[in-house]
Amino acid sequence: MASNEEILAGLAEIVNEETGLATEAVEMDKSFTEDLDIDSISMMTIVVNAEEKFGVRIPDEEVKNLKTVGDAVSFIASAQA
Amino acid sequence: MARKVVITGLGATTPIGGDVPTMWKNALKGVSGAHTLEDDWVAKYELPVHFAARASNPATEVLSRVEAKRMDPSTQFAVVASREAWADAGITEIDHDRLAVAFATGIGGVWTLLDAWDTLREKGPRRVLPMTVPMLMPNGPAAAVSLDLGARAGAHTPVSACASGTEAVHMGLDLIRSGKADVVVCGGAEAAIHPMPIAAFASMQALSRRNDDPEHASRPYDLGRDGFVMGEGAGALVLEAEEHALARGARIYAELAGTSVTADAYHITAPDPEGLGATRALKAAMFDGRIQPEDVVHVNAHATSTPVGDKPEYAALKAALGKQLDSVAVSATKSQMGHLLGASGAVEAVLTVMAIYDRKAPVTINLENQDPEIPLDVVTSARELPSGSIAALSNSFGFGGHNAVIAVRSI
Repeated sequence: MASNEEILAGLAEIVNEETGLATEAVEMDKSFTEDLDIDSISMMTIVVNAEEKFGVRIPDEEVKNLKTVGDAVSFIASAQA
Repeated sequence: MARKVVITGLGATTPIGGDVPTMWKNALKGVSGAHTLEDDWVAKYELPVHFAARASNPATEVLSRVEAKRMDPSTQFAVVASREAWADAGITEIDHDRLAVAFATGIGGVWTLLDAWDTLREKGPRRVLPMTVPMLMPNGPAAAVSLDLGARAGAHTPVSACASGTEAVHMGLDLIRSGKADVVVCGGAEAAIHPMPIAAFASMQALSRRNDDPEHASRPYDLGRDGFVMGEGAGALVLEAEEHALARGARIYAELAGTSVTADAYHITAPDPEGLGATRALKAAMFDGRIQPEDVVHVNAHATSTPVGDKPEYAALKAALGKQLDSVAVSATKSQMGHLLGASGAVEAVLTVMAIYDRKAPVTINLENQDPEIPLDVVTSARELPSGSIAALSNSFGFGGHNAVIAVRSI
């Protein structure tokens, strides 16, 4: 089980790999679409890579609720619990 | 009177050079881009062919990692070549609604398709990447070039196997002549050096098996020819309405005088043994460009190095050019870079334009014992082309009976 900081760091690596954004730009309060300019295809790629990295399942219907990086970190943390 | 169309930009990424200046220097020198494949899949699948002609420069030398990730290798090559062609044309102001793309591929995103199939079988549907469809679709290269350059007058994808690249140039000419666009970026891309296409082409006995000597395997017109060598890469040309090019004081390489496309309707893979479809294509391209046989001084031949393919092209050239054929310098550039399939016609169009512009015919390597049934004047060391008004032809033929020809004239 990973801490929120570890999940954020792992997620930042996945976002960097997919979009080229600096890992430091991936902060808890940042919106995936508004702030990070991530489109729906990249978002799905990030979700699938996060599932593999953190050993969780993020249902498709849940993805639309993950508006900020913090939303995703919380979801992954609770799914791991 | 049809609008006159000129060529103002060239780009290429090939087994003998990652840009046009390098490719052209090597094409005049005569080098081989074919090498033994080091990939573990060659032994793993016991492929009967162990070599190919890989692009000399990886696309990631030009594209960022994130750009490349969203593109099949065929699209990566297309974007690399079209960026070079666009920069070479030096167009700074353009009405993007009057800029079109005609970018071909023979096979499309075969790496993406088969990687996704492997992922599905090994890891399940959840792991199949969401970018899979836009990466595997055959219009992927045209779409990516359109997106990259902001071309909004249509992004087209002619698909006619190994004639695709030449058919894209044909389509580009039509788009400008018919008034649908003022500038067209046209070309072809292919990235099919993957075990499945190698197995499939080998299965139809189309590939050379000269595994112990890859550099001498592609030998068009030679009695020892035993099949083609797989190549990969892309070629791109910027076509421009003459008045558009003159208005901005552009450097003009040559005129794209005429083009044509015909179909054999003879056999799905075998060429018409008398080359009748190819003859009609040659004559139609010359008629379209108002070119007489005596104007033609150079031909970039299709010449893939297969035992059956090289002969009908000779028959067609003889029928279309008659006695003039004795005075035509014929170059078989697949001897150097292998067969780039859907990209070959585009790369050879670039070479043909350079031949007219530089007035030099590129080299055919590996011709040791010329087939007496193909008595062409084959260029084996770089040769000067005459001064004055000259024209050159480039042929491409594809499985399906597709024949495409372009005619280029000096300005």
